[in-house]
Amino acid sequence: MKKLLTGNEAVARGAYEAGVHVAAAYPGTPSTEILENIAKYKEIYSEWTPNEKVAVEVAVGASMAGARSLSAMKHVGMNVAADPMFTYAYLGVNGGCVIVTADDPGMHSSQNEQDNRYYARHAKMPLIEPSDSQEAKDFTMEAYEISEKYDVPVLFRLTTRVCHSKSLVELGERKNVEIKPYSRNIPKFVATPARARVHHIELEEKLKKLEEYANNTFLNKEEWNTEEIGIITSGISYQYAKEVFGDKASYLKLGFTYPLPKKMIKEFSSKVKKLYVIEENEPFLETEIKAMGINVIGKEKIPITLELNPDIIREALLGEKSKIVEQNKEKVVSRPPTLCSGCPHRGLFYELGKKKDVVITGDIGCYTLGSAEPLNAMDSVVCMGAGVSAAHGFIKAFEQAGTKKKVFGVVGDSTFFHSGITGLIDIVYNKSNATIIILDNRITAMTGHQENPGTGYTLMGEKAEIIDIEAICKAVGIKHIRTINPNNLKEVKDSINEAMELTEPSVIITKWPCALKKFTEIDMQQFELKPQKYYVDSDKCKKCKMCLNIGCPSISFDEKIGSIIDQDTCVGCSVCAQVCPFDAIKKVGE
Amino acid sequence: MTKNILLVGVGGQGIILTSKILSTALINDGYDVKMSEVHGMAQRGGSVTTQVRYGEKVYSPIIGKGEADILISFEKMEAMRWIEYLKPEGKLVVNDYAIGSAPILAGTAKYPKNIIEELKEKVDTLVLNAHEVALELGNVKVQNIVMLGALVKEMNLSNIDWENAIKNLVKPKFVEINIKAFNKGLKLR
Ligand code: SF4
Ligand code: SF4
Repeated sequence: MKKLLTGNEAVARGAYEAGVHVAAAYPGTPSTEILENIAKYKEIYSEWTPNEKVAVEVAVGASMAGARSLSAMKHVGMNVAADPMFTYAYLGVNGGCVIVTADDPGMHSSQNEQDNRYYARHAKMPLIEPSDSQEAKDFTMEAYEISEKYDVPVLFRLTTRVCHSKSLVELGERKNVEIKPYSRNIPKFVATPARARVHHIELEEKLKKLEEYANNTFLNKEEWNTEEIGIITSGISYQYAKEVFGDKASYLKLGFTYPLPKKMIKEFSSKVKKLYVIEENEPFLETEIKAMGINVIGKEKIPITLELNPDIIREALLGEKSKIVEQNKEKVVSRPPTLCSGCPHRGLFYELGKKKDVVITGDIGCYTLGSAEPLNAMDSVVCMGAGVSAAHGFIKAFEQAGTKKKVFGVVGDSTFFHSGITGLIDIVYNKSNATIIILDNRITAMTGHQENPGTGYTLMGEKAEIIDIEAICKAVGIKHIRTINPNNLKEVKDSINEAMELTEPSVIITKWPCALKKFTEIDMQQFELKPQKYYVDSDKCKKCKMCLNIGCPSISFDEKIGSIIDQDTCVGCSVCAQVCPFDAIKKVGE
Repeated sequence: MTKNILLVGVGGQGIILTSKILSTALINDGYDVKMSEVHGMAQRGGSVTTQVRYGEKVYSPIIGKGEADILISFEKMEAMRWIEYLKPEGKLVVNDYAIGSAPILAGTAKYPKNIIEELKEKVDTLVLNAHEVALELGNVKVQNIVMLGALVKEMNLSNIDWENAIKNLVKPKFVEINIKAFNKGLKLR
């Protein structure tokens, strides 16, 4: 049977058919749907972990125990996961272990566009790069064979366009793979320096064998059309190259790219007159091919930044440019993403943004949008967890410089569990008076509403213990903790003012469910979630535009009428009503 | 020959569902199809696009500037934003419907005037008011399927089994109204 699947769905299917037993991940675009789809197969135990390092460690443990395991993450997540990964490559597996990285060329929703193929070389792991959904499935299955045969975890690299584009996939049956027996093997699985020295030597041997495999696997193949032009390519770039050159070039299509199939490359390049390497972002293949003494054209023509596409290749290599209909720039106003109508982060950022002489260190999540107009309430965003730790860094530098500025750090609930806790421990231990604001919207909202340790449910839909954020803060030694309703501006303001005066670390927890969230039983019990709407009484509206400062997408302004609230999208959070100085905004029906 | 369709609009307009129906029906009819969508921040009120390519054998899941055979825009300013992706001899299908973006709502920018008039001068354009049609049917949310109907007509693909694809992808209680919306769209020409 054939089915239209995204690359992510296909990886999930591949894991299912390969007989995978355990899968763990932390959500992150563009990788999120891999685990969401694995969770649909009851044969596989799957979970969201607090962060990517934990996810890899879970997969490592399961693999040691003899199960086939998978762990998935977005590219920046691999930076978090790198520690266990590097060592597990040394140790080797029991059950097959595959680690998926979903890279984001073009940064559709990421803070950088690192090319994680380098992780393969750096960690000395075999690297697989599928170029469409069918391959995503087939190659996943082959990855487990490689992992078990060569006794090494496998790095599986996708990019946004493979993850999120759909194409046809032939479905198969699940292979029934027994969980291998486990028996204690201290020399293999305990990485002490003495043993690691041996492991490193063994791994180098495995890599030599893997290079041989690379020269013979179906993952790498030649496609012959002409001897005039040869193209070496991998991943999605193959599809783009085919689109542009069709049968006017011959291809060496690489699906297994570390260790590189050097013999294949030598042979292929000796048979063509002109040789291109077409790859997105970094010259990962090109550098190594050039080091082999082979002359290729690559990054001098193909850009290193942003996403590749057929157009760019066509123009760069063939000098052809498609005709376009010109846009009238004056008629396109930007359409930046904004905090949703009724977003519980709005009230907090509105009040925080009004404070002078404060620094706000931010983090990755919906709340990053607090940095945008009209709230402008953020000084920095680096990575998950930095909202907390960077606040501490600011304070220590300010102390030395004698600068008197209050520092707030913001972090979401999921991000707090991911890597906020350690930063908070640092703040207490190393004594700074940072105020950390934990924006607890009861879900991992940014990536599309995944459960996390605070929500009371697991990925597989079971009820779970709710990890109490307040209790954690108390346990690490925070004495000033206030939990507030962020839709109540007075509460928000009071808690901020109180924090401004403190000479010791403190935490404010803003607790209200995300406006887009599907409310659970637990939410219904804990919050008053009555559907309601607000409207503007145009007789009372003095057109002061105060309500526009909160940036709610449901509110627009008309010079003649004043402010208008769109009744279709307003969710009745009441923040605008609290901001209006003339009482012109009222609850419908009151 | 591969055909390229670019669907654009604003987060929340049901564009992803529309392209799923489109792709599913095309596949059922025997085409090779690739569909690409952009996720992430776009869901929070940003500009959204999906691309559907179909033909005998499709390689790239994405299309470049000047390559779309049809640009179908669920919101009119978005049509102008994405017009460079349309082939000069391609066709624009545009919904005469405006959604303000953040700077417009905040009053720091104005929603541009006469967009459709200007686009009409540049390319072959079909204008419809799917919002009105959907309102008449009693649910603004089916605007997208009205658009789909019009698109299918434009593509000369009305003979494919669209109702089946709709049935497979829409929640059971909304199937009927969606099929109505689809048929309305078909007849808008
Ligand atoms: S998804 Fe939820 S948390 Fe994110 S901006 Fe929207 S309302 Fe706020
Ligand atoms: S009550 Fe006001 S701020 Fe809240 S969603 Fe409605 S319009 Fe927006």
